[in-house]
Order: sequence, then structure tokens, then C-alpha cells
Amino acid sequence: MIFAQCITSFIAAAGFGILFNAPRKALIQCGLVGMFGWLLYYILVAEGIDVVPATVFAAMLVAVLSHVCAKLYRTPIIIFNVSGIIPLVPGGIAYDAMRNFVENDYFHAVQLSAKVMLLAGSIAIGLMFSEVVNQLFRKSWDWLKP
Amino acid sequence: MDERRVISNVCMLAGKIMLESGAETYRVEDTMNRMAAAFQLTEAESYATPTGINFSTDSEEASHFRRISKRSTDLHKIAEVNSISRQIVAEGLDPREALLLLKGVSSSKEQYPPWLLIIAAALVSGSFAIMFGGQWEDFLPAFLAGGVGFTAMIGFEKLIEMRFFAEFFASFVIGVLAVCCLHFSIGINLDKIIIGAVMPLVPGLHITNAVRDLMAGHLVAGVSKGVEAMLTAFAIGAGVAVVFAFI
Repeated sequence: MIFAQCITSFIAAAGFGILFNAPRKALIQCGLVGMFGWLLYYILVAEGIDVVPATVFAAMLVAVLSHVCAKLYRTPIIIFNVSGIIPLVPGGIAYDAMRNFVENDYFHAVQLSAKVMLLAGSIAIGLMFSEVVNQLFRKSWDWLKP
Repeated sequence: MDERRVISNVCMLAGKIMLESGAETYRVEDTMNRMAAAFQLTEAESYATPTGINFSTDSEEASHFRRISKRSTDLHKIAEVNSISRQIVAEGLDPREALLLLKGVSSSKEQYPPWLLIIAAALVSGSFAIMFGGQWEDFLPAFLAGGVGFTAMIGFEKLIEMRFFAEFFASFVIGVLAVCCLHFSIGINLDKIIIGAVMPLVPGLHITNAVRDLMAGHLVAGVSKGVEAMLTAFAIGAGVAVVFAFI
């Protein structure tokens, strides 16, 4: 089962790379970043952790991997993290919420919308966290250096 | 043209390309300010929103304004603008040469042909159906519905100028196809098939970008991007709901 998740998340992230017109040579890395992020999320959720913290951790992993790829291949980081977070993005829940709104089921619709906001926020926190760590390292290095 | 005009044109064009390609607003402002600083304009100020950019080289000079009307996601253009801005900062590229390079980027075509985009969208749809907990039997109907739905969206975007209608009709087509597939007993879970198939249309990235802009302190940009994403999601939900109303 986890093998199927590997393949499908790779295809999803790399496919979105094509839809977003990512550079050709970055497509495989985009797919790999997305795959590892999704795998961490999937394993954490399977272990019984709530989806919101699981998304934060997965987004952190995506951000760190994107940093590594951006340094290695000398391309802006946005290329890797945009395709990488795609499997984590709550598009399915956003759609579900809107369908409930349109079908007059406001009770579930508002619940799902709140979930979408939380998940989007946790992805943003995860991505920003790695930037914070990066700055922290750089600044403390400058400070420690004689 | 005098030097300042050229420099502000370079910064404005770079900002415009980045905003039209879906970069976060704080990144756009940062790039514009860095480029201006590299041209020895340390007093330059920029203010970007998803619908327009303001830029002034100095408080005594006239400020420039550009309207942004079309927005999509194009990572290739963002990467190109980024490398040009790096050349300006690190290698001291001439502003006139930079303007020429940026004009080239602005008019460059997409690097993938439409059929490849459609196949990618179809594969993405099938994969998401599995990732959201569908069975392997759901892959084929989601693949079909996603591919046809994405094609429908590209077609409707060319035919109808109105925003959100392309998404509405595309998700309507997806709903009809998914119900048809289930009727001929291809696939098991209707919900998973539809969610997978609408994923290429759903503005998931915009929702996340909106939150990132809000956290970076760009309140106007964050709120307006969030509203745009919400309206798109609403159009998609409505398109599918029309199908559900009939079955």
C-alpha cells in the first residue's frame, strides 16, 4: 500500500510541476520532494497523529528538501516547494466544503472550511519554519565568526 | 530615455512578470528593491498587490503604476526573472540589456505542448484519487474525467472571457463524466473520483500563498488572493453540485 502511495504522490507532484510550467530538468526533483513530504504525512497520520501537526511536519520536510535542491541545482526555491507541497494542500477538503455550502449543509461546510484554513496555515508555518532555521544558522554563524 | 526611466521600467517589468506568474507579493517587492539597490537607487520603494504594482525611484520622482489583470502559475518565468535579477546584483548587468532579457522572458511561450498538459492533468487526477483513499478501480475514471475536465477548462477559458465560468463548466463536465462512469460500473467511490478529477482545477496553491502573504504582513495581498481562491473553489463546488441535483 505504501508503495502505491509513493508512486502516486510522485506522479502528482511531478504532474503539477508540468501544469505549473516548471523547468524540465527540475521535474524529477519536484516529484521526489513531493513524494517524501507526502510519505511523512501519510506515515504520521497512520500512526494516529492529527492531520494538522502532521501537515506542519511534512511541510517542514518539504521546505528543508527544497532548500537542499535549490542550493544543489542553483534554481529559486519556489520551484521545488510549490510542487512539493501540492500533495499536502487541502484542495480536496476545500472542494468538499464548497460542495456542502452549495448543497445547503452549512453545519459541515463551516467545519470543513475551518479545517482548510488550519491546514493552509500549517503548511505556511512549516515552510516558514525552515526559513527561520536557515536564518538562525546563518546569523549565528556570522555572529560566532571572529 | 534617461537612465532612471530605464531602471524603473526594468523593475516594473520584472515585478509584473513575477506577479502574473504567481509569485508571492513579498518576494516580488524584495526582488524589485534589490534590483533598484543594485542600480544605486537606494531610496526606491515598491508596493505590490495581486492586481497592481506601484514603484517610485525616489520620493521626489513621479511614481509608476502597472495593472495586473491575468494571473496564473508559471514557475519557468519566475526562475528566469530570478536569474536575471541575480545577474544584475552580482555581475552588474546593464539596465538596457536587462530590459531586453526581461522582454524576452515576458513574451516566451510555454515549454510544454497542450497535449502534455492534458496528460499530466489526467495522471494527477488518477493519482489523487488513490492518495485520498480510493481503490485502483477508481484510477481509470478519475484519469478520464480529470483529462476531459482539464481540456474543457482550457477550451472554455478561450471561449468565455468571464472568470470562474471556465472552472464551473469544467467541474460540471467532470461531475457528469464521473456519474456516467459509475453508471457503467467503472470505478467504485464517486466522491474519490470527483475529488481526484477536480484537483488540477482547485486553487490549493493560492490558498497556501494567501496565508504566506498574510503571515509576511501583506494583508491586502493575502486577503485578495484568499478571496480569489475561495471564489474559484466555490465555482468548482457549484459545478459539481449541479450534477448532484439531477441524480
